[in-house]
Amino acid sequence: MISDRCAACKYLRRRCPSDCIFSSYFPPNNPQRFASVHRIYGASNVSKMLQVLPDHLRAKAVEILCYEAKCRIQDSVYGCVKTIFQLHQEIHNAKCQLAKTRVEIALTNSRRGGGGQENQVNQMQEVQSNLNFFPDQTHVEATQFGSSSKAPWFS
Amino acid sequence: MGSGSSPCASCRLLRRRCAKGCIFAPYFPSDDPHKFAIVHKVFGASNVSKMLQELPIHQRGDAVSSLVYEANARMRDPVYGCVGAISFLQNQVSELQMQLAVAQAETLCFQMQQDPVALPTQIDQHQHQHHHQHQDHDQKSLLLSNSDFNSIPHQYFSSFASPSNVIQDPLKRESLWT
Repeated sequence: MISDRCAACKYLRRRCPSDCIFSSYFPPNNPQRFASVHRIYGASNVSKMLQVLPDHLRAKAVEILCYEAKCRIQDSVYGCVKTIFQLHQEIHNAKCQLAKTRVEIALTNSRRGGGGQENQVNQMQEVQSNLNFFPDQTHVEATQFGSSSKAPWFS
Repeated sequence: MGSGSSPCASCRLLRRRCAKGCIFAPYFPSDDPHKFAIVHKVFGASNVSKMLQELPIHQRGDAVSSLVYEANARMRDPVYGCVGAISFLQNQVSELQMQLAVAQAETLCFQMQQDPVALPTQIDQHQHQHHHQHQDHDQKSLLLSNSDFNSIPHQYFSSFASPSNVIQDPLKRESLWT
């Protein structure tokens, strides 16, 4: 029956067969969901992606495709990759702060003279290793993107 | 690059003449056919063309790079794609925040030990408040910036131990799953 068409078949203006690959994941009450996914990936590509997945993983895959499509529509330049870059930056900042705090702890310990000479040597080695810490992983990702149009968080 | 010499990777794959103003040519050179192949496989040439046409020229390079990144992630992990990487990185951030909280608590202990007999007077309370506010601000600056990431619905990560997890991220050069 035409009224039982899934959102995908309604959008594509076609009959919805009984084995329609989209029908389980794009119910007719949410047409926008399929529209977003179709706009970014295309119905044909989504169908191919779902066909190679086992049944029990398809629902999750569709959810995530919908999320990524939404991100791409909201940010047509970076999509959900922007979040990844922000997280890399966050990790970099956290590691720097952690290294700094650990240096402070090690220096405080050594000033207090805790534990004897061997302990002091270990603490100074820890101070040195923290001072040598130069996390540079975010730079690897940043260089993949054009220098002429750096995203604000690259500066 | 659309000038009559060799066609760009896109036109080569699509088996068409690479026109002078080919929208793909600046971003998909002929010496890297794989780049366009995976973008085409995930997004489709037509969709990529429309996306690029809607963007100003100075943003198209970054858009292509992010599309390539997403397409790579999707090829490596057909279920979770980029969201898999986001989840992994969020876990890293949480772990680092925990370690930082422990380290900062240790620092605070040292400071309290240095002045163990001081009873909280009004002045000292004021100083402590300033100190804690400063530390809270540092902590918040880490936490607040994560508030955007909390907008990723948690149901995406609830059943994360999927068979498609075993992947390597060549861009990051380390395994995403430990």
